Amino acid sequence: MKNRLIEWIDERFPLSSFVKDNLTSYPTPRNLNYWWGFGFLAGFILVLQILTGIFLAMHYKADAGLAFESVQYIMREVNYGWLIRFLHSTGASAFFVVIYLHMARTLYYGSYRAPRELMWWSGQLLLLLIMAAAFMGYLLPWGQMSYWGAQVITNLFRATPFIGDQVVIWLRGDFSVGDATLTRFFALHYLVPFLITGFVVIHLIALHTVKSSNPSGFNLADKHNIPFHPYYTVKDLFGMAVFFILFCVVLFFYPYFFIEAENHIPADPMVTPSHIVPEWYFLPFYAILRAIPDFMGGVIAMLLSILVYGAMPYLDRSRFPGGARHRPFFRLMFYIFIIDVVVLGYVGAQPPGDTITVVGQVATFIYFSIFILLPFVSYFEDRWLIKRGLPLELQCLLDAKKCDLL
Amino acid sequence: MNDMTDESRKPGDPERREFLGKVTGAVAGAGVAAACWPFVRSMYPAADILEKGTSTIKLGNIAPGEMKTVAWQGKPVFVLHRTDEQAERMMHSEGGNKDPQSDEQRVQKPDWLVVVGLCTHLGCVPVRHSDGWSCPCHGSEFDNSGRVLKGPAPTNLMVPDYRFDDDDAIVIGEV
Repeated sequence: MKNRLIEWIDERFPLSSFVKDNLTSYPTPRNLNYWWGFGFLAGFILVLQILTGIFLAMHYKADAGLAFESVQYIMREVNYGWLIRFLHSTGASAFFVVIYLHMARTLYYGSYRAPRELMWWSGQLLLLLIMAAAFMGYLLPWGQMSYWGAQVITNLFRATPFIGDQVVIWLRGDFSVGDATLTRFFALHYLVPFLITGFVVIHLIALHTVKSSNPSGFNLADKHNIPFHPYYTVKDLFGMAVFFILFCVVLFFYPYFFIEAENHIPADPMVTPSHIVPEWYFLPFYAILRAIPDFMGGVIAMLLSILVYGAMPYLDRSRFPGGARHRPFFRLMFYIFIIDVVVLGYVGAQPPGDTITVVGQVATFIYFSIFILLPFVSYFEDRWLIKRGLPLELQCLLDAKKCDLL
Repeated sequence: MNDMTDESRKPGDPERREFLGKVTGAVAGAGVAAACWPFVRSMYPAADILEKGTSTIKLGNIAPGEMKTVAWQGKPVFVLHRTDEQAERMMHSEGGNKDPQSDEQRVQKPDWLVVVGLCTHLGCVPVRHSDGWSCPCHGSEFDNSGRVLKGPAPTNLMVPDYRFDDDDAIVIGEV
C-alpha cells in the first residue's frame, strides 16, 4: 500500500530518486570524523529554534509596556512555557557553539579551498544572519541588558559616513531604542530564521555539488565513498545524542547560565547598568570593537574581523590541500588563532581598564596578523616542506598518480 | 572466519535486522511524540485563563421578574429571577416540539433560570420580553425556561454548569 503510494508520487515528482541521490545513497568519504557532524547538528538546532520560537510567539507580547511581563507569564503560567523558553535561550547559545566548532573544522582542514569557496561564503552569510537574529532576539525580553545592548550596538551605525545620525534614527524608529524598535525587531527576528533556512538549502546544494572534503586532505576516488545511510545517519545521530546530553544538562540544571543577571530587571531608559556585556558569542568581536580608540576605526575593525574570513580561500597559498593535517606551521597558526579568540572573548567580558585594554589590543593585533601573514607563511611553508623532502602523503597530495594509495 | 572465498555471503540475519529496525523506529516514534507533548499542551489555556472559567454572581439584587446578563467565559449568561407565576406556568408547559425538555430538567431551583444567552441558531443574543426571549436575527422564540418554541434555532438555550453558593450567589462554570 505504501509502495503503491510512493510509486504514484514518483511518476509525478522525483521523491524516491531525490531521497536516494541526496540522502540514502549519497556518496560520502569513508573517513569522516565527528568534526563533520556539526553541520547536521546546526540544522537540527535551527529547526529547534524555529519550533520553540513560534510557540513562544503565541504568548509573547512585542510591546514595551507588556514584553517583560509576557515573558514572566510564559515562564509561570503557560503550560510548559518555562521549558519552551529555556529551550529557546539555551538553543541560541548551543547554535553558536555548534557553528563556531563547524567553522573551526573548516579552517583546520582547509575545507574553504577551491572548489568549496561558495560553501564557505554562503556559510559566512549564514553566520551574519544568525548573528542578526540573535541580536534582535536578545532585545525581546526587554530587560536592562536587552535594552542597553541594543542601544549601544544600534549606536554603532553612527559610523556610517555623512548620514550616520539619520541611519541610527531610521534603524531604531525613534531617537533612542524604544517600542518602535522592539516591534520591528520582533517582526524581523521572526523573519530571519526563514531566510536562514533558504540559505541553508543553497549551502547544501553547493555541498552536494562539490561533495564533502575529508580529514586526509586527499580528493578520494569514488571507490572510497560509502553511502550516507546507514553509516553517517547513525554517526550523526550518535553525535547528536552526545550533544543532546550536554544540552539537556544545561537546559535542566543551569538554564540561567547564559542569562545575564541584569536582564531580570525591566528595561529602564534612565539608568545604564554598570557593566554592559553582550552575549558570550559576540564577546570576541566586542573586544575588537573596543580595542581601537577611534570610534569609526573600532566599527571598521569589528566588521573586518567578521568579513576577513571570506578571504581565506585566497589567503591560503599552499598547494597542499587538507589544511593543518600535513602542514606544521599552518597548524601552529590555527592553534594560536583559537587561543587568541578565547583571549579576545575574555577581554570582551571585562570592564574597561588600562591593562585589559592593552591585552585586547595585542590580541586584536595578533588576530589580524594571522590572516595577513597567512599568504606568506603558507607559501614559504610549501617551499620548506619540499626542501626537507616530502613525506609520501604530501607527494600524493600534489600528484595523485605518484602513489597507488588511490 | 575466512569468508573471502565464500561467494554467496549472506549479509547477516535480515529478519533480525528488520525486527531491530522496527523496534528502533517505534522507540524513536515514542520519543518524538513525547517531545511534541509540551508544545501541544502549551497551547491549552494557562492557569489564569482557566481561573476565569467561572463567574460568581450575587443574587440579592435581582428582583423577581428581573433578568441580569452576566459574562462567563466571554459569553453572555441570562440569570432570570422568575416570579412564582412564571415558574408555575413553565413547570406545567411542555415548551416547543423541536427539543422537548421539562422545566424541571432545566432548573435547580424553580425561581432561578440560568441559561447561556446565545441563540442556538447562529449565536445572536436574544432580546428579553415578559414571556421569554426573541432573537432579532432570524426570529427564533424562547420561553421562560429557555426552550425554543419556533424559528430556526435547533435546540433550547444551553444550561451551563452552575451551583448555588449558599442562597445568595451562584457560581457559573462549576458543578
